[in-house]
Amino acid sequence: MWRDSLRGIYYIALKDMRTYYLKPPSVSWGIVFPVAWILAFYLRNPRGFEELVPGLIAMTILFSTTAAEAVVINFELRLGSLERLLLAPISLPSVLLGKILGGAIFGLIMTLIVTAGSAVVLGLHPNLLYLILIIIASLLVFSSLGALLCVLVKEVFEAQTLLNLPRFLMIFLSGVVYPVSAMPAVLQYLGYVMPLTYTVDGLRHSFSVSSSMVVFTDTLVLTGFFILFIFPAIKLLSKKFE
Amino acid sequence: MNNKDIVIQAADLTKFYGEILAVDHISFEVERGEIFGFLGPNGAGKTTTIRILTGLSQPTDGKASVLAFDINSRIVEAKRHIGVVPEISNLYDELSAIDNLLFMAQLYGVPRPQRRKRVEELLKTFGLYERKDSPFRTFSRGMKRALTIAAALIHNPKILFLDEPTVGLDVVAARSLRNLIANLRQQGITIFLTTHYLEEADLLCDRVAILVKGRIIKIDSPEALKATAEEKSVIEFSVEREISELMENLSNKFPGAKVVAAEQNKVRIYGGIPADIYDNVFRFAKYKGIEIQSVNSIKPSLEDAFIKITGLSPIVMTMEKGGR
Repeated sequence: MWRDSLRGIYYIALKDMRTYYLKPPSVSWGIVFPVAWILAFYLRNPRGFEELVPGLIAMTILFSTTAAEAVVINFELRLGSLERLLLAPISLPSVLLGKILGGAIFGLIMTLIVTAGSAVVLGLHPNLLYLILIIIASLLVFSSLGALLCVLVKEVFEAQTLLNLPRFLMIFLSGVVYPVSAMPAVLQYLGYVMPLTYTVDGLRHSFSVSSSMVVFTDTLVLTGFFILFIFPAIKLLSKKFE
Repeated sequence: MNNKDIVIQAADLTKFYGEILAVDHISFEVERGEIFGFLGPNGAGKTTTIRILTGLSQPTDGKASVLAFDINSRIVEAKRHIGVVPEISNLYDELSAIDNLLFMAQLYGVPRPQRRKRVEELLKTFGLYERKDSPFRTFSRGMKRALTIAAALIHNPKILFLDEPTVGLDVVAARSLRNLIANLRQQGITIFLTTHYLEEADLLCDRVAILVKGRIIKIDSPEALKATAEEKSVIEFSVEREISELMENLSNKFPGAKVVAAEQNKVRIYGGIPADIYDNVFRFAKYKGIEIQSVNSIKPSLEDAFIKITGLSPIVMTMEKGGR
């Protein structure tokens, strides 16, 4: 049974990469939007750009994974092809995990480009182990957050609109451009319940000279968020097929 | 019938969508190798039943098994041996015919060395080999339907579920698809199909369950169902204009008979004394100034049996849901 599931997850993710990665909503929200933000910050202040790199990588992870989820889930919900996957000998959680993996791989490609580009251009030397841990945990968290919100609606544009609420809240409250510690106390509390805060924090420590165990704590918290998002997402998708 | 020949079994299967009762305590059995049809108007619960049997929906009550696998607890195991053709041809628009089938082969775990051979074999069988590299979105409805059936056969299933297989197809495409379905039965595949086309059920099915408002009214072979209608005479006449406005008047003219609008300009009269019926038809036409185009005494069809058993007009069966 687990073999069927693993095979299903792998091939669904592979098919989604071929089918959906170049769809306009993936390109506009998952590629153009983060790149535009990065360029805007760089052109505004090239000297202080290094400080913003962790936040901008975090934002890239957030936008690319969630944008891809909206496409890989909502296109199929609308056309009924998600049902086709559920007709195969694969459990519903495996189908959803395949979708989450598809979104995460899209995010990974974007994140690798942005991270490698920043490191080469600015001459940064991050701790690779910490970086990998935080990036993988974050890709899974935001991909599952995307899946959770996308299964609530049918159309891709509805999903993108719904996703913008947590996206923009997190951009402003999770330390992407403005440190959480410098925010008013109430906003700091809000910041600490946002998963992106732990992504930004983990990435900052991965890029700092004195890397610390904080990265492991951030990874653990992110794993908690992944669990928090994935189970309701499975539940909500199951409800659609009751 | 011995137990090992039964491949689908449903007992008191019930499905509520909120307050709406879609499937109402239905029980039936499907034997290995037969074409079993679910016949009923749109909204009768046919698709819901298929969705329950294929794991896309959960029953509110009752039990069912497919190839002896309980659908509640072992549906994934059952899915290894069943193929499903949904009402909507929902393969991937972006992928070519060959890539769609290869993806299905991967999903169903067809061993790698056999995949391409199986895919090409199916494309040839369904007459789509020449278009193997064309994207699914460029196919006609009939071709889409054919490829969707091919996709459902990729893993050599023992049972094929077909939900309204010919909806939205032109006459030629529908006929060729029906031939194809009949050929699949020759290969030993059990077929469970839903249809609201009486002719399709009559042509293809070994046994038919008539479903109305979520309930099975009768299960029997088309021949046996037709025999139930044979006891009464059936006279059909057609006129040069639409008949609906005259129906009320007509019904009063034939006491003891049942008058049903078969088509827009065609009426069928079930029962009564044939000589009186003919006499009354001509008198009525003369009185109303209607030109009669034809009058026939007809052999009962499955449609007549359906009318007799359900009391519904065959017009309700022609209301299309549409298809893709």
